[in-house]
Amino acid sequence: MAEANGPRSPAVSVRHLVRTFRTPRGTLRALDDISFDVASGTITGLIGPDGAGKTTLMRILAGIMEPDSGSLRILGRDPQTAPGLLQKSLGYMPQKFGLYEDLTVSENLDLHADLHGVPREERQTLYAPLLRMTALAPFSGRLAGKLSGGMKQKLGVACSLVHAPPLLLLDEPTVGVDPVSRRELWEILEKEVKGSSTTLFVSTAYMDEAEHFDRVVILYEGKILGEGAPEDFIRDTGGHVFLIVAPGIPARRLEPEIAKLPEVADAAGLEEGVRTVTLTPNPPPVPPSLDTRTDPVAPTFEDAFMLRLANKTAKPAEASGSSSRMGQGREISWGDTKTFSPTEGDAIAIRDLTRRFGSFTAVDRLSFSVKKGEIFGLLGANGAGKTTTFRMIAGLLLPSSGFLQIDGRDVTNGNVAALRGRLGYMSQKFSLYAQLTVLQNLVFFSSAYGMGGKRQRDRLEELLAFFDLTSFRNVSAGILPLGFRQRLALAAAIMHEPSILLLDEPTSGVDPLARREFWRIISQISFRGVSVLVTTHFMGEANACDRLAIMAQGRLVALGSPREIREGAKTPDSPDPSLEEAFIRHLNLKAETEDGEGSR
Amino acid sequence: MNGVVMRVLRLAQKEFLALLRDKKSRMVLIVPPLVQLIVFSYAATFDLKRISYAVWNEDPGLYSRQLLARFSGSKNFKLSGEAGSPEEVKRLIDNRRVLLVLHIRNTFSREILTGKAATVEAIVDGRQSNTAMILTGYVQTIVQNYNTDLAKSLSLPPPAASLSLRAWYNPNLKSRWFIVPGIVGLLTLVVSLLVTALSIAREREDGTFDQLLVTPLTPLEIILGKTLPGFVIGFAESTAIVVVATTIFHVPLRGSIPALYLGIFLFTLSGLGVGLMISALSQTQQQGLLGSFLFLVPSIILSGFATPIANMPKIIQDLTLLNPLRYFLVILREVFLQGAGVQILLPEYGALAAIGTAALFLAGHFFQKRIG
Repeated sequence: MAEANGPRSPAVSVRHLVRTFRTPRGTLRALDDISFDVASGTITGLIGPDGAGKTTLMRILAGIMEPDSGSLRILGRDPQTAPGLLQKSLGYMPQKFGLYEDLTVSENLDLHADLHGVPREERQTLYAPLLRMTALAPFSGRLAGKLSGGMKQKLGVACSLVHAPPLLLLDEPTVGVDPVSRRELWEILEKEVKGSSTTLFVSTAYMDEAEHFDRVVILYEGKILGEGAPEDFIRDTGGHVFLIVAPGIPARRLEPEIAKLPEVADAAGLEEGVRTVTLTPNPPPVPPSLDTRTDPVAPTFEDAFMLRLANKTAKPAEASGSSSRMGQGREISWGDTKTFSPTEGDAIAIRDLTRRFGSFTAVDRLSFSVKKGEIFGLLGANGAGKTTTFRMIAGLLLPSSGFLQIDGRDVTNGNVAALRGRLGYMSQKFSLYAQLTVLQNLVFFSSAYGMGGKRQRDRLEELLAFFDLTSFRNVSAGILPLGFRQRLALAAAIMHEPSILLLDEPTSGVDPLARREFWRIISQISFRGVSVLVTTHFMGEANACDRLAIMAQGRLVALGSPREIREGAKTPDSPDPSLEEAFIRHLNLKAETEDGEGSR
Repeated sequence: MNGVVMRVLRLAQKEFLALLRDKKSRMVLIVPPLVQLIVFSYAATFDLKRISYAVWNEDPGLYSRQLLARFSGSKNFKLSGEAGSPEEVKRLIDNRRVLLVLHIRNTFSREILTGKAATVEAIVDGRQSNTAMILTGYVQTIVQNYNTDLAKSLSLPPPAASLSLRAWYNPNLKSRWFIVPGIVGLLTLVVSLLVTALSIAREREDGTFDQLLVTPLTPLEIILGKTLPGFVIGFAESTAIVVVATTIFHVPLRGSIPALYLGIFLFTLSGLGVGLMISALSQTQQQGLLGSFLFLVPSIILSGFATPIANMPKIIQDLTLLNPLRYFLVILREVFLQGAGVQILLPEYGALAAIGTAALFLAGHFFQKRIG
């Protein structure tokens, strides 16, 4: 795409950019001598783990933050000497986009048009294609606060596009957005870039999105770790990626063994086997005692990304200890395993569970069960009823009708009180007390579950060490980096050794590295006989679940192992669909039957 | 049972940490109440000092000068102009140069000497009715005193009936003695409301409320854990205010300390109950803050803090029966000035206990309704 536009000056040009922050723990170099270009008319991605400096860079480009030193040119001009340049030519959508929830869709658009001085008579011609592309036209009178998560993000993009800026900066626009809405959002953006000469600079935590970009910039600890076309990254990773299968051993059990091996950059236990990335283009040295089969597979961008990071961290970081890994070589203890052996019965059983809010049915005759020691994934579009289901299981919401059983006890009427100690709950927002320190948070939550004395102290020390939070113990939770906040939230949820763990989008907004570590812990916990119910928008994570349920409009549309789900979505056109394709197919099937019912 | 106590204490401890670890909320809780106490106590007084007045004296005689000397000699009055015509009087009053014009006609001295009733005319700026009322009282006192002295020196018969005024409990009728105990109640209410009204709403905004609800903590335990810090902070602040009131403002504390603290306890209880009720109904901290103000303003105006309840229409008087501050002000003033003990205040204690229990009960009810 860049070539087609000819040799124009780059849309963004950054040279030797430095930005530091003073923190209680010393000076942090958030951006450390960064130089790169974003070619005009391209989609360029900014990728890196949490705390790499992505948001800082975005904010500096948007003119919200000043760099300490270095130069910056936007559309060939220095924003400092060209007043009004940024307001006119820049659209910026921050991570938490400031939609006014009490304004309607069209009022939000009007507001942004007012802010950017778009003449009143031009507005309708500008809005029409935006509303059509985002499919928000039927909802233009609805309050923004009443939109689903995906629709909110689309409206956010529409608002940033209202003044037709030549350069659009998007900071993680798809966090917490379901795969269907994510696809739609990218279709909108790609159309916008192709149709006009808009340049898009976007940061993301989804590696599958990065594959579609023209170029990517990988940022790590404030420095650029790599820059180029995603295909080049993928090509460089050829020969590094293998699928390891051990007959009779589930991939999740095999994964920790593989991850321990030298030369292994990344190992992910998926249903079909352990996907392994090696530091050198050779198969990993799996000990023969494991009796495995190793097949080379085609790399993806995620593999390339993990390899780059591993190359970076493997060598010098060991000495500095800056890259803290959690749970390395340690096992998490789980005191009372005798109470739940994986054989006896279901941990959670749901039959015809329904929850209505007024005339709206959020969950409609839902039935499934979660076995003991199982990792059960709950998938669905934003607003499909996943969170409502979660809240009913957690005892935060009473079902309107139906039947809900936890550990063999009927809790339909909300008499969940006696069972609360067996549940661990981690909500979407990693909810912790920001003013309290890491230690105070853990002490409070475990005390609330009735822990005290030596048992509490021992467990505290164990988890602090396990999650590598020891050095943060007296730091306020509010200023922890996102990845560490997620660890703390999980630690708080498992202090009391629950037998059922409810995780509502536990990895939302977290980078692949932290996600992988997180899932390794979850997997380990499940081997202790703990049942895990998890919602996610990452299909890679869904693939690591034992079983999945897909929800749409409050109803169950598919249930089974990831393989069964994929097989259920087979068509003559696509005989071997990926899980994401299968997911979208199931949702479409549901929509079709719905239409069929409607026309009758 | 032991577990319950520990859980509640841990929750209270967490609330304390959340309030006090943050420098901003620490400042909000400590500095403004003390500053307000001092500012309000100095500023909120009904006593008038150095009232600007003008004189329009048409009388050349001795007696008008004698009378006017009593005004210019008083600390309460300050001569700030002279008038010679009705137009000048109008200008002085309209421009707010003076609050009072004393008009003495040219017949004044002559009438006194001939034994007739002489008239002094006082023209007062009625736009500030409260001030005008107090002002007239001062003028009347001076004129009356002059009258009595004059009668003595001219050996005229004294006025037929004379009034001798003796104010009990506040012999000099210092309005500060009336206001400062009221401020104790006002600030205690503000603090206990703010500590609780924002607490649940803040947890809702941060998403920690769900996290709290999934723990084995029961709604009752959560309410208890959230009221406990309010009690401690409310007690500490009222104590500080009482100390300042007695030492800096020299308001006498004549009654028993147990009677005072029983009042503070029951009043804080109802303040916290109302705060929690607001909190349980609010989704955001903004709503919590608005709700607190919606409660705070009427409860101050309808408490008898500044204007007597007896002056209000019957229906409003009945409404004030629901206002906890009303009862607490009675307790405060009677304990401070009258030296009341527990027995005499039993009706007030009873009312506060009833309001507090009802508010806490309702808070728990709204709170539980939110969960289902």
